[in-house]
Amino acid sequence: MRRCEVRDLGRISYAEALAIQRELVNRRKRGEIADQLLIVEHPHVVTMGRNGRRENLLASEELLARAGVEFHLTDRGGDVTYHGPGQIVGYPILDLREWKRDVVAYVRGIEQAIIDALAGFGIRAGRIPGLTGVWVEDAKIAAIGVHISRWVTSHGFALNVDTDLNYFHYIVPCGLSKPVTSMRQLGSRACRAEVVQAVIGGLSRQFEMEITEAAPEPAGPA
Amino acid sequence: MIDVVMPQMGESIVEGTLTKWLKKPGERVERDEPLFEISTDKVDTEIPAPAAGILKEVLVEEGKTVGINTVVGRIDESGDGQGSDVAPSARSAAGGATASPAEQAPEPRRAAAESITPTPVPPPASSREDINAPQPAAAAAAPSVPAEEPPGPLSPLVRKMAREFNIDLRQIRGTGAGGRITKQDLENYMSQQAARTVASVTAPAYGEPARAAQAPAMPPAPPAEQELPPLPRAEAPRARIEPMSTMRQKIAEHMVFSKRTSAHVTTVHKVDMTKVARMRERYKADFQRRYGFSLTYLPFVTRAASAALRQFPIVNASIEGTNIIYHNDINIGIAVALENGLIVPVIRNADEKNIVGLQRAIVDLSTRARSRQLKPDEVQGGTFSITNFGSFGSVFATPIINQPQVAILGVGSVEKTPVVVEDAIAIRSVCYLALTFDHRLIDGALADQFTGAVKHILENWSEEIL
Repeated sequence: MRRCEVRDLGRISYAEALAIQRELVNRRKRGEIADQLLIVEHPHVVTMGRNGRRENLLASEELLARAGVEFHLTDRGGDVTYHGPGQIVGYPILDLREWKRDVVAYVRGIEQAIIDALAGFGIRAGRIPGLTGVWVEDAKIAAIGVHISRWVTSHGFALNVDTDLNYFHYIVPCGLSKPVTSMRQLGSRACRAEVVQAVIGGLSRQFEMEITEAAPEPAGPA
Repeated sequence: MIDVVMPQMGESIVEGTLTKWLKKPGERVERDEPLFEISTDKVDTEIPAPAAGILKEVLVEEGKTVGINTVVGRIDESGDGQGSDVAPSARSAAGGATASPAEQAPEPRRAAAESITPTPVPPPASSREDINAPQPAAAAAAPSVPAEEPPGPLSPLVRKMAREFNIDLRQIRGTGAGGRITKQDLENYMSQQAARTVASVTAPAYGEPARAAQAPAMPPAPPAEQELPPLPRAEAPRARIEPMSTMRQKIAEHMVFSKRTSAHVTTVHKVDMTKVARMRERYKADFQRRYGFSLTYLPFVTRAASAALRQFPIVNASIEGTNIIYHNDINIGIAVALENGLIVPVIRNADEKNIVGLQRAIVDLSTRARSRQLKPDEVQGGTFSITNFGSFGSVFATPIINQPQVAILGVGSVEKTPVVVEDAIAIRSVCYLALTFDHRLIDGALADQFTGAVKHILENWSEEIL
């Protein structure tokens, strides 16, 4: 079984996490390290993928700044998204050549891992064809955006545990978008640590790898 | 030339969207250096260059979606822009003696990459005349016979040149290590041939003049600028294809969702706005001076609608399952046209504002909507909407309900019209108000009572403005 090291870095800025990701991606490409999984939580930040469209950013950057929300352009797939407290953000850094050389299967795998994890908390989540992500009925509970370079993955997923969903209104005109939801909104009282464990379990099954703690940093009690 | 193809990024994947070229045509790219990016299903992937060289051609523009194995561009591996025999050509020509196994390793793979790309079907056994005759470029350039190869190793570059220029390699004496044919040998041979057969050796149609110029041993391009027929081009495109913005997709989704959800019916009432028009005329200048923005008809209609909504709370409701939710607050959404879409910011507790307050809110919300400075809670929580298509000259239209609301009021343009008043013809300022309502919840009679109430307030306007 392939090995994957998980690091739960807790609350960390988007820029800092990005730098760590880049470093790990380079080392993974050179074969110096095993597959990695970073679990983080970001302070309020709005990020836009390279194919993102400015008009999906409802608030100006100045307004975001005033509201204490950072703004970042980034190189993942997908459009605009929001990260913030109460959200589990996962960055798997996997060499897909050692699993399947299939980017779509990879995304479906992440979705399935989250769907399985949510099932453990009594939430029936699923997919909407054509709309990558994990959905509970018509509302998005987890977003996915991935970047791949030489089959090594970066960026990943964001699962709303008890995110303040109001922040999502900065990015797409309300009323016009499908709603977002969170585990809390769906009535779950699960704490972050439990959900992290469930997601790690799901990823481990989907990508057939043994995920072990690698964190020199203490994971911190949740 | 090496073809660069859209790679297959997974078993079930049949196409990919080229999102970004990381190199421009004419730029040098190293083997394995990221050359372009593709996007499939929220995954962005960097695709490395299959070979080192100059990116000669970009055949697929950014934003286009093409099938896998489609040629998206071409790399000229022979040129390094200097014309000198450094880098790739040195490796292949003089490489026999010096190249380490590591350096040579990629080459067979490179050749393999070439072979999977579709090559034009060679024309049936073409004669010399055929080659000289004007022909579609691709056909002339295609190898007419399988390249004749002498025994012994050949560099991919030499093999490729031989194929491009249709040269029988057995005619050439190699001067490289172990009698190996080098690029120089090939060029010497070609210049001799050119001298001998004068015009009959035409450069292949897509042989770049640049290459001829930079190779010192090559003769100048044949004197008569070849009048090659233009490439057989598809006729001028009749349409332009552009992906929808996400906002546009959301609007589309929302509109269809609304049509699917509600039983839309529109009722239209003719309203005599003369009193309002006079009032507006009287206060316009003062208003502008005092508040810094002009006074339009919209706050009057909004004020009248809020009063009517108090009277008919079911128009200010929404449906949830089999329940009717009556909203206590009257929060009126005002549709604002954006450059490429629309948004409906909400005036909260609209019934608590006077004309000045409403006009101020409308100006403020629409300005900030256009500059994208609305706060999240300013675009949610609406209980009723107004759309002012009259400002674009429309007399009346049938708006779509803004879910989960149950009605929307459309305001047509206010125009001076001859009307019959007590059997005499008079000139009045007339406007059509169109109410689209959800017939699941609101019946026609009630919809008309509501619209009638709005009309009554507007026609008998008495409230002071300033």
